[in-house]
Amino acid sequence: MALITDLGLQALQMFLVVVIAPFVLGVTRKVKARLLRRVGPPLLQPYRDLWKLMHKEAVIARNASWLYRVVPYVVFAVTWVAAALVPTYATGLLFSWSADLIALVALLGTARFALALAGLDVGTSFGGIGSSREMMIASLAEPAMLLIVFTVALIAGTTQLSSIASIFVSAPPGLRVSLGLALFALMFVGIAENARIPIDNPATHLELTMVHEAMVLEYSGRHLAMIEAAAALKLMAYFSLIACLFLPYGMAMTDKSQTAIAIGIASYLAKILMLAILLPIGETSVAKMRVFRYPIFLGGAFAAAALAVFLLFVSRGF
Amino acid sequence: MVRRGVEEGRPALTELWCAASLLIIAVGGIALGRSPRGTPIVYTASLAVCVLACATALTRLLAGASPATLALPVGVPWIGAHFRVDALAAFFLIVVNLGGAITSLYALGYGRHETSPLRVLPFYPAFLAAMNLVVCADDAFTFLLSWELMSLVSWAIVMAHHREPANLRAGYIYLVMASFGTLCLLLAFGLLAGAHGDYAFATIRATRPSTIVAAFAVVLALLGAGSKAGLVPLHVWLPLAHPAAPSHVSALLSGVMTKVGIYGFIRIVFDLIGDPTPWSGLVVLALGGVTAVLGVLYALMQHDLKRLLAYHTVENIGIIFIGLGLALAFRANGMNWAAALALIAGLFHVFNHSVFKSLLFFGAGAVLVATGERDMERLGGLIHRMPKTAVAFLIGCIAISALPPLNGFVSEWLTFQAILISPQLPQLGLKLMVPAVGALLALSAALAAACFVKAYGVTFLGRPRTDAATSAHEVDNWSLTAMFVLAALCVLAGVLPGFVIDALAPVAKDLVADVMPRQAGVPWLSIVPIAESRSSYNGLIILAFMISSASLTAGVIHRFATRATRRSDIWDCGFPLASPHTQYTSSSFAMPIRRVFATTVFGMHEIVDMPAPGDMRAGHFQVRVFDPAWRFAYGPLARFVGGAATRLNRLQFLTIRRYLTLVFCALIVLLLVVAAWR
Repeated sequence: MALITDLGLQALQMFLVVVIAPFVLGVTRKVKARLLRRVGPPLLQPYRDLWKLMHKEAVIARNASWLYRVVPYVVFAVTWVAAALVPTYATGLLFSWSADLIALVALLGTARFALALAGLDVGTSFGGIGSSREMMIASLAEPAMLLIVFTVALIAGTTQLSSIASIFVSAPPGLRVSLGLALFALMFVGIAENARIPIDNPATHLELTMVHEAMVLEYSGRHLAMIEAAAALKLMAYFSLIACLFLPYGMAMTDKSQTAIAIGIASYLAKILMLAILLPIGETSVAKMRVFRYPIFLGGAFAAAALAVFLLFVSRGF
Repeated sequence: MVRRGVEEGRPALTELWCAASLLIIAVGGIALGRSPRGTPIVYTASLAVCVLACATALTRLLAGASPATLALPVGVPWIGAHFRVDALAAFFLIVVNLGGAITSLYALGYGRHETSPLRVLPFYPAFLAAMNLVVCADDAFTFLLSWELMSLVSWAIVMAHHREPANLRAGYIYLVMASFGTLCLLLAFGLLAGAHGDYAFATIRATRPSTIVAAFAVVLALLGAGSKAGLVPLHVWLPLAHPAAPSHVSALLSGVMTKVGIYGFIRIVFDLIGDPTPWSGLVVLALGGVTAVLGVLYALMQHDLKRLLAYHTVENIGIIFIGLGLALAFRANGMNWAAALALIAGLFHVFNHSVFKSLLFFGAGAVLVATGERDMERLGGLIHRMPKTAVAFLIGCIAISALPPLNGFVSEWLTFQAILISPQLPQLGLKLMVPAVGALLALSAALAAACFVKAYGVTFLGRPRTDAATSAHEVDNWSLTAMFVLAALCVLAGVLPGFVIDALAPVAKDLVADVMPRQAGVPWLSIVPIAESRSSYNGLIILAFMISSASLTAGVIHRFATRATRRSDIWDCGFPLASPHTQYTSSSFAMPIRRVFATTVFGMHEIVDMPAPGDMRAGHFQVRVFDPAWRFAYGPLARFVGGAATRLNRLQFLTIRRYLTLVFCALIVLLLVVAAWR
């Protein structure tokens, strides 16, 4: 019986992230449009887009291989698994130990690897440019991300996200220089990884500097729907990660009663909504960068995270 | 060390019989080399012997048997040759013979395409035998003799296609570096054996060298074994020699022989010297970190598939050395449990790398057979023409890029876990070095993914760039079987890493006197390196989650939405260009990363010669990348040696009077030195 309850709680988290991910995307788009004094699409527009794309015929280039058709599902599945393993409303769920923070980062890397291969499959220059730049950005962002992981893991003494969240709630580390640097770096990395301004523009389709959209240019129909859903889930995963690491309050910890879970879900939604409103505010206040300025942006994140780790190695007090 | 001296156990007969049989097969290879049936006979025999040797070593390791020893009255008179198979040797025997067995299987198909079999068949089994003997050797003389045999025999195979000028250069540089390495090991053993000069490992193990001697021996072992393994800056021979050999031998060189180099390092530093100092860990860590990043950056700049793989071996050697360096640092500070974790991370990566690097070299060999091309810029679209090879190669690419749920990720994950323990180290130097190395390891992991997206994407995906790629065909079933066996090992070791970790426990017990927690009892087959509250990983559940959610999604969409599919032209924003040359190539794919990293590290220049509008001549684009090792170390060294030789050349043309004067002066100087010495 306990196993069924545990499985149910895990499944709730798994479906919670996938169900609200398009809504969160809708919120960011709406807020961004309002900031630009546009009306903006309805909040539920991403669901309608996905529905529409899923029911359209998929047009595939004649020379596309099986890889091209499999990758959208793989990317979606891997991103889903990653997003579902970040603790959202509760810690210590049934499968929370099956991947720690390092494995989560690597899982997102698997999704990116698959998508970059798909970009090269048809053999167009747009796909190539997208894949090549995506891997360049990843090669800068992933080390920064792992150093962020090191920072929180060194403070909490564990790389398990669930344990980190409980430790941060039960024994708050307080205001730490290293945690501040890590948060700063995580925001930069999140922006780069989710193809947001100033690294990439999710709203553009025909711009020479584009990255993610160039990579998936050939996709259509249900395959495109999967990729869009995966992108929304990835944003969710990063939001959940920031919420879980830096705002772990309100999560259901040892007590898994209905009230605790209700509080957990409500607080989780509030945190995600707050981040979904903050992101477009940040995005509208800066301009898109040139491609070869990315190393400066991500180098900043890397330097901040590296500084945090060095400080922690020298003294645990930072 | 926990156990010193010679223990009694079952004599290491099977291992030696296997090595001896391989040598006999090598002799047979000379006789059979000209016959068309020689190739299958030699490779089948090697396969059988390697399977036997691998099974023996595996049972020995799993049974946790005490070391088996044997002394044979051959070799130096009154000393004889000593052999000993302990847990460490058994593990490396598994790596060597697993690689040997699957390479032989692959060669049953691939070897038929060999144009000059007589140049390969005798040396191939001898190479395997030599590697087996190095691992079994229990005295310095046998070790060095086998080591040198391994170097020379592999050199002979590298030179199999000696009419290509590039191979001549590769062979020359390999020979120089191999001799240098052996010289360093010779000096290391000389130092360790001390004034009494007992070269048996048992005696060396039992005597504790002074700090200075130990320090010199560690440095010499790093130089000697590191030059065989491919540590930067001793890696220069590796990307030249590995691709020059026939592909199945490239797999052995890259996947297995580099591991024998690592075995040499572990044997000398962990076992023979013992009791490491913190600074040795620091040096090994720094070298490992630099090797990992430079190796993968070099690999990214390549467009020859086999050379890319060879450079990438350098990266993996770096990762292994990071694990070993951490183990030394922990051991020096008495944190044996952490040293066990770091050592097992390194050894796990040894196994993983031998598996996926062999797989990738087999794939490159298959591409070479199918198209006659190694240059990726002349390939493309092979996933349509060689679908099975493409699947196996893809699994290898995912595994080597350290992506879950395959095996490469597990060993890197364990290394990261070891890094996260290291703030507990007391030395400030290590405290500063370890996070830097962690950052380098993270960087190299991310760059490896980029490197293999490039390798796979440019070779197997896209549209064929040449006729050779258009008319490629799938390779034979022997080669495919070998590749799929390795791919299955990549998946198995990735989802069930606990078994590998448990199997490695006796090695850690011998070398660092502690073991990781036993993984067999962990629920759901997870791995827990330290404690469950600290970190755990379960590749099996991740894989099950991935497969179930992907098939669930695909099923739901196909069932309830639509599965209508139409094939059409390429979209490419409405302007598809017909020529396959408009695709991204290997060098254009690497361009952003090249600009970011290589401008400073490699002194990269891009020379663009663009004709003025209206001018009809062709434009030119050239990239120049300098290897800093050549630029700052070997180039000046070679110039110095050349210059000195030219100067000394005058001594050849003196008169007899001057020669007599020279001899007399030399005698006087020597006598003065002797007088001053006493």
